[in-house]
Amino acid sequence: MSALLEVSGVSVSFDGFRAINNLSFSIGPAELRAIIGPNGAGKTTFMDIVTGKTKPDAGKVLWGETSVSLLSMSEAQIARTGVGRKFQRPTVFEDQSVTENLIMALKANRSPWAVLGWRAKAADLDRVRALAEEVGLADALPRKAGELSHGQKQWLEIGMLLAQEPRLLLVDEPAAGMTLAEREHTTRLLVDLAKTRAVVVVEHDMEFVRRLNCRVTVLHEGSVLAEGSLDHVTANPEVIDVYLGRG
Amino acid sequence: MRNLILALFATLFLGLPQLVAAQTAPAQTAAEILVQNRDLVEKPSRQTIGPVIAALASSGDPQAAVILSAWADKGLAVRKSDGAFFLISAAPDGFALRTLDGSEAGTAPKSDITELKPNSGVRGLIATALVRFQLSDPDPAAREAALTSIARDPTADHLDPLRAAIDDEPDAALKAQKQRLERLLTLRFDPDSAARIAAINSFSGDLGLDLRAALNPLLVTTRNVAELSTTLPADAMPLRVGRDLTEAEAYDLLVAANLAPARLTRADLKVALLANITDGTVAGTPLAALNTPAARDAAYNALEAAGTVPAAATDAEVTAAVAAHQVYETYAEPDAAVAAAAVAALKSIETKLGLMQAADLGLDALSLASIYFLAAIGLAITFGVMRVINMAHGEFIMLGAYTGYVVQLWITNYTLSIIVALPLAFAVTFVAGVAMERLVIRHLYKRPLETLLATFGISIALQQLAKTIFGTQARPLTSPAWLDGALTFNDVVSISYIRIAIFVLALLFLLFFLWLMNRTRLGLEVRAVTQNPSMAASMGINPDRINMLTFGLGSGIAGIAGVAIGLFAKVTSELGNDYIVQSFMTVVVGGVGNIWGTLAGALLIGGLQKGIEWLNPSNTLAAQTYMILFIILFIQFRPRGIIALKGRAAGD
Amino acid sequence: MTRTFLAKSPSVLIFLLILALFTLGVTLLSEAYGVAFLSTSFIKTLGKTLCLCLAALAMDLIWGYAGILSLGHMAFFAIGGYMVGMWLMYARTEEIVVAALSNETLPATAEEIRNGIAGQIFGVVGASELPPIWIFAHSLPLQLMLVVVLPGLIALVFGWLAFRSRVTGVYLSILTQAMTLALALYLFQNDSGLRGNNGLSGLQNLPGLADVSQDNLSVWFFWASALALGLGYLLVAWIVSGKFGSVIRAIRDDEARVRFLGYSVEGYKLFVFTLTVIIAAIAGALYYPQAGIINPAELAPIASIYLAVWVAIGGRGRLYGAVIGAALVSLLSSWFTGGRAPSINLGIYTINWVDWWLVLLGISFVLVTLFAPKGIGGLFDLAQGLRRPDRKGAPLGPDDGALMEKEARE
Repeated sequence: MSALLEVSGVSVSFDGFRAINNLSFSIGPAELRAIIGPNGAGKTTFMDIVTGKTKPDAGKVLWGETSVSLLSMSEAQIARTGVGRKFQRPTVFEDQSVTENLIMALKANRSPWAVLGWRAKAADLDRVRALAEEVGLADALPRKAGELSHGQKQWLEIGMLLAQEPRLLLVDEPAAGMTLAEREHTTRLLVDLAKTRAVVVVEHDMEFVRRLNCRVTVLHEGSVLAEGSLDHVTANPEVIDVYLGRG
Repeated sequence: MRNLILALFATLFLGLPQLVAAQTAPAQTAAEILVQNRDLVEKPSRQTIGPVIAALASSGDPQAAVILSAWADKGLAVRKSDGAFFLISAAPDGFALRTLDGSEAGTAPKSDITELKPNSGVRGLIATALVRFQLSDPDPAAREAALTSIARDPTADHLDPLRAAIDDEPDAALKAQKQRLERLLTLRFDPDSAARIAAINSFSGDLGLDLRAALNPLLVTTRNVAELSTTLPADAMPLRVGRDLTEAEAYDLLVAANLAPARLTRADLKVALLANITDGTVAGTPLAALNTPAARDAAYNALEAAGTVPAAATDAEVTAAVAAHQVYETYAEPDAAVAAAAVAALKSIETKLGLMQAADLGLDALSLASIYFLAAIGLAITFGVMRVINMAHGEFIMLGAYTGYVVQLWITNYTLSIIVALPLAFAVTFVAGVAMERLVIRHLYKRPLETLLATFGISIALQQLAKTIFGTQARPLTSPAWLDGALTFNDVVSISYIRIAIFVLALLFLLFFLWLMNRTRLGLEVRAVTQNPSMAASMGINPDRINMLTFGLGSGIAGIAGVAIGLFAKVTSELGNDYIVQSFMTVVVGGVGNIWGTLAGALLIGGLQKGIEWLNPSNTLAAQTYMILFIILFIQFRPRGIIALKGRAAGD
Repeated sequence: MTRTFLAKSPSVLIFLLILALFTLGVTLLSEAYGVAFLSTSFIKTLGKTLCLCLAALAMDLIWGYAGILSLGHMAFFAIGGYMVGMWLMYARTEEIVVAALSNETLPATAEEIRNGIAGQIFGVVGASELPPIWIFAHSLPLQLMLVVVLPGLIALVFGWLAFRSRVTGVYLSILTQAMTLALALYLFQNDSGLRGNNGLSGLQNLPGLADVSQDNLSVWFFWASALALGLGYLLVAWIVSGKFGSVIRAIRDDEARVRFLGYSVEGYKLFVFTLTVIIAAIAGALYYPQAGIINPAELAPIASIYLAVWVAIGGRGRLYGAVIGAALVSLLSSWFTGGRAPSINLGIYTINWVDWWLVLLGISFVLVTLFAPKGIGGLFDLAQGLRRPDRKGAPLGPDDGALMEKEARE
């Protein structure tokens, strides 16, 4: 199986502190993967590297069938290539309506000239409505995003992510701040999405990870400690030592 | 007047028998020489009087100097009644007379006296002859004055008297001065070229302005033209047209040497055409058609063909004429060996001079950098530490300067007033800063762009207030006398004391800041609040108090900087404007949040500005333009400044 | 499409209507075409004010919508003025020189005319040749093209450098201010080719229209300024109404997030920066023929800061706010500094407004920033708030942790 994203031998350090140390990771085009690890294991930095926010000191990040390097691309280019990211804290544009948020995220030509002349067509509005339906915000379309509850903002952000139609989704702690029902909804959604695209979930909540029922990668001090099914990695004594043992 | 004094000293000279005895007995007394050459003396001319003056000067008679100086000073006269020479001076009823050997001889009415009035040429000859006496004058001040006057206007005639006066010079300093002057004269006027070259070489490594003044006239070049076939003189240096000089310049040389006809200028052409109008046409062309250069040329050529106007060089003729000649340069110094030695000496001087100028430039840059550092250090605190943009920072500098001015109105002792003004300026701007922080900035910590605009509002209000109170004209802030003058290392390198004082002040502030931030409780708390205000607050630090104090401190330092800047710049209400952009640049270029960065930024900007000014000294405006452009480019490569915080700490 | 856009933005229609009525009213009150109630110089002031409003509109687009506090737009305003001024001065001087030379026996050559013009224009800075940057000055179309092209190019290069290196926030503001200072200092030099601190003058005389009186000219320029403002308003309103407006407001609020949506933030910023610079330059090109004179002092950084002040007082993030702020503050400013405002006698001290206006402006500016961040435009919100409930009847977030209404508005 050829990988969609292949990260190999990546290292990065901040002022002498090695946040990522010779990390290698790969994920297929339709795969669900959970990444767990204690605080400071480098989960967020890993996502920063993939999305282009942080440039690594060494290593390769290759993408897609043609194995293009993501390292020479800007954040925006990487996002257009098909990498979507959901942040830990919901970040939506609070000053704008839910519709405007979703329209901005819709897959379309992103160049200023194209956007300048862009006006919503019926198909676009239908798509927005469908997305809102899927994330349970159908009634909130005209409302300002800033008025939504924390959970609703999470959903809006997931909706925006779906609107982008990415081939790889990086999801940072999606279940945080959600009710039990919402968690189940999220789980279903993620598992569903992983049938057609790659999904990487960073999560602290073991119960949530267990429900995803997927391969798990354990990070520790910037490199991969173990990889396999949840049962497999939780049986690993090293993992127990550095991570689970503390809980 | 000086000659009178000299005469007096010359009289004293008589009373020094040991010196008189040292000289050979006079062959003739000065008086005898005068009488012998009565006709020449009474009607002197530059051409004929030379031998008489020379005889007087070399007579060995000590009284000769007195007579010569009196003569040059219109103090020598003939009594009509008996034709005797007297030294005269003005008296109430005519003249007081003294005989030529100096003894009193009563008075005479004006009608009985014919004053001798030598013309300026003769006076010049006399002055040169007097030099010998002045150089050996017993008064060191007179000897020094004589040396200075020779150095100012050296001639070949001075060489011999100067040499003669060296050995007997008792004063070591003056002797060295005489020897130096002797060498300077030798290299220009000595007939023996070996001696001149030796003199030039003896100066190796010297940077004196006088040496350059002596060497430069030797190396003045003249451009000459000659036909290609002529052999050039041995010392000629050929020039290539197109590289060393333009064709137009070369042709001008040809015209000047009468080797080619003058070029026809457009204006001359027009005059020629106007002079040859017949029936509304020129050479058959109607006037109305003469509105292009080509038409006018054609008309002129027609006139030329008809012989009405002289032939004028066309461009092609100019090129041909230039090609048929060679252009060369010669030095004013005919002796090639001397010229070569002078060239070598000047070159080595220039190299050294370049180094010295670089050192001087370095000092200038350092002093400008300390000014920028002073102006920026307050900003480094408010902007760098608190991330608050204070557009009124410049006005705090102005406030400090005006505080200094007001203090000087009350305390007239400049030293004391500066000592009072420095802490007072700090206090005034500290209070102003704290007030501003409490009333305005505190409410805007989360909105940096609006802080910028609000403080700008304060800035225009303060500026206008200062204008209303103090008026638009510049107010003086006078530095104490002990800060006047400059520390001079040599003819090239010097730095004024006031700039040294500012440098010291900047250094003190740097140390103060380092001590404050790293060694005091306040510094610790400031750093804590900067890094994590809520955590600091939960540790019992009051962030409000810390912010207030920090802001007051930054503003207070701006006030002190204002006093320092006011000492050398004009104190006007726009004083702050001149420094605000540079101050921000200093902080941004250096790297926000780091005092060393501010220092590096100040050094970079100060050095850069001086460097650009040096490349283009006539235009300081352009220097500032280019400096800002450089900074914009610089930020491309180091967006976070010279000393940047890296990694997560920097945030985004 | 335009119809739906106008239908969706009633404020644009209202604005255009008011502008048209205002133009009509001023025309009817003018000396040239009406009852001569308004003096020619006052009509010029009004025309200039409309140009300043257009510049404020550009400032609102870049600052209020895209969140970039540029402290350099008035520099481009002035450059636009310089570009038009070069043609005005050249063509006018050409008329004078040709007239003077026509008395000579020999008809003048093109070169003599050129030298005559150069001598007339540059004698004051001791030069006698036209600098290379004047090569287009003889042609109105080329010089008008430069009004757009030159500021546009400078903005492109500067913006590309600045945005590419991700300079943001106050750093960018300071950088734009430095750029403005550099431009001003450059123009202050005598060998800048634009007459140093003498600037360009006599711009109020239109070449070829010597017979038309200033009374008529002032109204023509007033019309042109009103037309430019109307078109500019339409353009900017159209830009901000669509997805583009949505994206630039998103950039203002969280540019990193916009990047992760796949938008090239730098490209958008550069686009908006260059566009607004061009609008400002066009406004300047209309302003200076009415002012009659331009010199490098017009580029001083302070002018650009005033522009920001107007927009802030008017209320940024809404287009009519910028226009109101610019019109109100600049008219008040000329009223106060023109010495027409009555002095206030306090007994011990007489407040002379020429001296105190800037103090008042500075303080009121601080007060607006502190207490009315939405500026005068905020008053319209108050009026609207009285008329109908917020958010089309929808309650504020029903769940725990939703923003309060007050928070959401900020």
